[in-house]
Amino acid sequence: MQLDRATMLEAYRRMVKIRAFEERVGADSMSGLIPGFVHLYAGEEAAAVGVCLNLTDDDWIGSTHRGHGHCIAKGCGVEEMMLEIHGKQGGLCGGKGGSMHIADLDKGMLGANGIVGGSPPLAVGAALSAKVRRTGAVAVAFFGDGASNQGTTAEALNMAVVLQVPVLFVLENNGYGEFTAASYHSAGVDLAQRAAGFGLTAVKVDGNDFFAVHDAARTLIERARQESLPAFLEIDVKRWHGHFTGDQQPYRSAEELAAVRLFDPISSFRSRVVDAGLLDADALTAIDREIDELIERSAEIAMAAPLPSVAAVTQDVYVSY
Amino acid sequence: MTDIIAITMPRWGLTMEEGTLTEWLVPLGGEVAAGVDIVEIESTKLAGTVEAPSAGVLRRQTILPGRTIPVGTLLGVIADAGVSEEEIDAFAADFKPPEDDGEAAESLRPQSVEVDGQLLSYLRHGEGAPLLFVHGFGGDAMGWVFVQNELAQHADTIAVDLPGHGASDKSIRKADLGGQAAIVAGFIRALGLGKVHLVGHSMGGGVCLALATAEPDLVASLTLLAPMGLGRDINAQYLEAFVVAQKKRDVEAALRMLFADESLVTRSLVDDVLKYKRLDGVDMALAAIQEAILQDGRQAEVFDVERLDCPLTLIAGEADRIIPPEQVAAQGGRLLDGVGHMPQAEAAAIVADAIRSILAAG
Amino acid sequence: MPKKSMRTAINEAIRLEMRRDPNVILLGEDVAGGKGGTGQLDENFGGVLGVTRGLYSEFGGQRVIDTPITESAIMGAAAGAAITGLRPIAELMFVDFLGVCFDQIFNQAAKFRYMFGGKARTPLVIRAMTGAGLRAGAQHSQSLHAIFTHIPGLKVVVPSGPYDAKGLLIQAIRDDDPVIFLEHKAMYDIEEEVPDGAYAIPFGEANVVREGRDVTIVALAKQVRTAIEAAGRLAQQGIEATIIDPRTTSPLDEDTILESIEETGRLVVVDEANPRCSFATDVAALVADRGFQHLRAPIKLVTAPHAPVPFAAPLEDAYIPDADDICVAVQSIVNAKVPA
Repeated sequence: MQLDRATMLEAYRRMVKIRAFEERVGADSMSGLIPGFVHLYAGEEAAAVGVCLNLTDDDWIGSTHRGHGHCIAKGCGVEEMMLEIHGKQGGLCGGKGGSMHIADLDKGMLGANGIVGGSPPLAVGAALSAKVRRTGAVAVAFFGDGASNQGTTAEALNMAVVLQVPVLFVLENNGYGEFTAASYHSAGVDLAQRAAGFGLTAVKVDGNDFFAVHDAARTLIERARQESLPAFLEIDVKRWHGHFTGDQQPYRSAEELAAVRLFDPISSFRSRVVDAGLLDADALTAIDREIDELIERSAEIAMAAPLPSVAAVTQDVYVSY
Repeated sequence: MTDIIAITMPRWGLTMEEGTLTEWLVPLGGEVAAGVDIVEIESTKLAGTVEAPSAGVLRRQTILPGRTIPVGTLLGVIADAGVSEEEIDAFAADFKPPEDDGEAAESLRPQSVEVDGQLLSYLRHGEGAPLLFVHGFGGDAMGWVFVQNELAQHADTIAVDLPGHGASDKSIRKADLGGQAAIVAGFIRALGLGKVHLVGHSMGGGVCLALATAEPDLVASLTLLAPMGLGRDINAQYLEAFVVAQKKRDVEAALRMLFADESLVTRSLVDDVLKYKRLDGVDMALAAIQEAILQDGRQAEVFDVERLDCPLTLIAGEADRIIPPEQVAAQGGRLLDGVGHMPQAEAAAIVADAIRSILAAG
Repeated sequence: MPKKSMRTAINEAIRLEMRRDPNVILLGEDVAGGKGGTGQLDENFGGVLGVTRGLYSEFGGQRVIDTPITESAIMGAAAGAAITGLRPIAELMFVDFLGVCFDQIFNQAAKFRYMFGGKARTPLVIRAMTGAGLRAGAQHSQSLHAIFTHIPGLKVVVPSGPYDAKGLLIQAIRDDDPVIFLEHKAMYDIEEEVPDGAYAIPFGEANVVREGRDVTIVALAKQVRTAIEAAGRLAQQGIEATIIDPRTTSPLDEDTILESIEETGRLVVVDEANPRCSFATDVAALVADRGFQHLRAPIKLVTAPHAPVPFAAPLEDAYIPDADDICVAVQSIVNAKVPA
């Protein structure tokens, strides 16, 4: 399907934003500048952006521990995200959540989730809320091949169909649940087929192809919105980095790790749009530079920013107590 | 003729079935005058006293403190010194509590009537001339419990819950004394009562004054207990304390200001007031009324009792900490010793007596 | 005032709030009464013990939602719905089932507001049946309020009768934080005067059920009534007990407990739950820490034993604390001296 120029530029901008953000966060994490664990989304950009460009701020997404990509794709501010990941004042969550709980309800981002399989039920709830309140919104639950075996995921799929709520389940199959290969950990192996078994429309798409992802997502999201029908989209992606930064990935051969870099949804997109004359290379390069500066600036700001005050430890446990 | 008088466990209110005698206030053989407190009683909801109906000597204390017994049971005997022990024994032995009037209790369930689109709740008991009780700020129909049962033997007694109070609608359309009086007038007409004997306490007294001023044709007589509307002074702090109180201790502190004998503020009373204040809309209603009946911390409206042409009886407690009893005294009203702001609870017999006289005269 | 059962009082609370606020919804297993079958869901249907009777017929299937047996999805969906504009009441049929959905409660719902830097508001109520006495066995009879009380971000309500249940549940539904509302299943038929209209009882405000200067008894839920029975017996021996019903274990009305200890100097805590890391030990620690100077005797805890709930009648009866147990505990400290 033909997208307009503005949408294509925005798609490129967001994917590059994710890539640059993750590479910088990965490097800073390895240098010890970032506290705790981060889980990098590099290589999977087309999945998040392809889906989220079909959503508005009023739609909801649930995410995973590998949530920076979903966050950026949903329109969250990079500067506030960087501050949050560094645990600084002014972070998206005031430094209270960190990488694994990064969220922005104003942008419809229900949060990265530290519990594998934690967000599919939340997304069902958000879709239920949209249906009962007749807001016309939809919810998207991002989860991985690892989460597909959690009871919560199966329960969410079943209940979404039983309650007929407008939720799109997006399985980002990067072939690994933490260290363990999907071919091993998932009985039956064909995860879309499982979902179809719940009575869901289940579609599989190549995560290296932004346009395929965007198109498939658009159909399912529109249908969810119009008819309050849940659906399932499996996207094949490649996880470029380890489960977390610092993971040496001994469970993946050197050949595989090299081959994985050939699957680059950003360069696939770039080649395609430039070759087809849809966008010109200079415009894209300008975006590259713009994003590099944005990320650099955000990282500097984050490193210089003050830490939250200790008083924050006991703030916002409740609305009132 | 020998005069032997039985003192029995009273029934206060609709549902009281038994009470506990907590203390004898007069020793055995002690002399009592009419109206004197002789014994202290506690039920699950209330604490109060029984007064001597007439003069005499307390010849028997049949029930000892701490005992819980059914309503109507003989507590003690008052008689002249000259009456023999044998006669008193015989009297006590032959005494039977009145037939259980469970039926009467049944008919004392609250009723309601629509007045100008609002549901007003009321307790109605007895036959005869209509006698309408109007409670005060934060009170309700149940506050007349010590006198209503007694007077129901002489009149068609009706105790109404004003809007915002008791079981009536909680939304306030007319908050000032005149506005509330108009609602009471509507209530009187809705029940087809004609001319009524009005009894009002505190703010309810002010409402009655406003009603008698605006619609004298509806009023056969006015009995006002510690009423608003006679002067400007009032303990605005009490109203504020009552309105803002959210916790038990704050409610208790406020209620204590109402009585000369603070032990009458039982846990049950505090609980009931707290439960009332928790109901949706009550605090807003009370605040609206408080705003309307006060002006700069003083009473907003004063009435000219000279203009009234119905019989007027004024009673107040000389230890009243809410409305200065001087206001009643200045009009020639009666001040009761050892009584605070709640004569209908602290000196129920005297109040009932006074109203009985008015009914007899009217 | 009319007398109503706790079942009716809870039903009224939900009904009044659902009428007042269209964002209040109810979801859970069999709450509507059993959708999809051949029976007709009329106003007599609702809930496995009838607590939600008639709600489906008044509010319809959009707001009274029968779910599959799928606790994680129910609680997770309720949590997600709560941060996206609804005010869900999710029913966890038996609190014993918290094991299959605890993540959604303690890692998700309880922590959203905090983790998201104060930007989330989670107005969720989870109602669950609690308590022993119905011969329901070990997996349907526990009192697990302590587990929820331990979790920052949750509020925990444990009513002791119909009047409190209605006012506390209305408060819970109006509250913007996640509330766990625990209904003792052996109390559903207990009756008490309950107003027809709506009223809210604030959290963190204990009810002083009885006043007495010799000992402070802190009791929860059904044990409040047991404590009243014990206090009656103790009074005949000249021992007067204060009984405090906290109503909510989180927030806990610490002031009322500590003020009472100032007066009585003796504490007995009664709790139907197991003794280790419990509500009883929580109150005991509070008083030992901040009321120590007023104590005249050791603190006594009257609890179930460190055992699952047994099935056979005499065993279950022995498991549940009774008035005798409370009397024995009080008597053991009324004449006791603090060790030198």
